[in-house]
Amino acid sequence: MLTVENTLKWLELFNAKIQAEKDYLSELDTPIGDGDHGNNMSRGLLAVHEALTTQSATDVPSILKTTAMMLISKVGGASGPLYGTAFLEMAKLSSTTLEVAPLLAAGLAGIQKRGHAQVGEKTLIDVWTPVIQAVEADMLDGATIETAVMATKDMQATKGRASYVGERSIGHIDPGAASSGYLFTTMLMAGVVS
Amino acid sequence: MSDYGVVIVSHVPEIATGVAALINEVATDVSVTTAGGTDEGGVGTSALKIQSAFESNAGQCLLAFYDLGSAKMNLELAQELTNKKVYLYDVALIEGSYTAAALLQVGTDLATIEAQLAPLKIK
Ligand SMILES: Nc1ncnc2c1ncn2[C@@H]1O[C@H](COP(=O)(O)OP(=O)(O)OP(=O)(O)O)[C@@H](O)[C@H]1O
Ligand SMILES: [Mg+2]
Repeated sequence: MLTVENTLKWLELFNAKIQAEKDYLSELDTPIGDGDHGNNMSRGLLAVHEALTTQSATDVPSILKTTAMMLISKVGGASGPLYGTAFLEMAKLSSTTLEVAPLLAAGLAGIQKRGHAQVGEKTLIDVWTPVIQAVEADMLDGATIETAVMATKDMQATKGRASYVGERSIGHIDPGAASSGYLFTTMLMAGVVS
Repeated sequence: MSDYGVVIVSHVPEIATGVAALINEVATDVSVTTAGGTDEGGVGTSALKIQSAFESNAGQCLLAFYDLGSAKMNLELAQELTNKKVYLYDVALIEGSYTAAALLQVGTDLATIEAQLAPLKIK
């Protein structure tokens, strides 16, 4: 269940992980995209960090809403509107429930509304979908997340920048899947699911 | 058709303003606004920049054109943030926006413009 404390901790750990893996994420984006995913996410999460440390949020909906607005306005790539919409949908639902599974499911629905992608198209959806299933079954662990991220390697991209290189997208991990992997490993670290 | 305007969204500021310059030549009375690049002026798109291109356009009904992937997502996001009526076209950016502006200039109705845009759909 999300609380003010563990949500802030989660986002802080996610920010730290993104900053640490910034170059790796951009490297993943180089063969199949435009090489900016790490920089995009780094810029966005830095803005999230700054906003959350200056305004002392006292409820989960406003933490999630601030996160969404920062990602929407600062990221600059496809991942901005995608992660931004996900957090916005989670923010909306969080005034009704603080349970992790329905919140993440609302986030995923937002990503699909925005990007119109399905499972198997080599996007962050290929991580969000199995993670949500595992959370629902109360079985989420690091291995589940890792497996989902790695599974994008053999997929061919049919959405986003990577779709322009067609079959050549096969053999590379999707950068958005990798950053979503960090989102969920840090969620575990923050004790949001327990 | 002064309530209609054209909005150009590109990952690169120079592409957006370049397309606007091209179509302004034939459509001198059509309001054309642009959103190119990120807020920092880098390569990418920004929902907030797109929103201000909507608001600063003299038209109340906007025909929007874009280049690649994320531009459409940010356009749809900005669409949810504005009170203006925004029509989004998945057509070739230059040919599509040029066609629309040239037809608006001579007072063509929206249905006719959309019929002319249909064969230019590429995404
Ligand atoms: N339509 C989509 N649906 C879901 N996820 C998508 C979609 N398009 C792209 N993505 C995800 O976004 C990631 C790329 O994010 P990034 O920040 O690099 O944006 P980008 O593709 O460079 O954006 P832009 O087109 O503005 O340059 C991909 O790895 C993929 O996971
Ligand atoms: Mg990219």
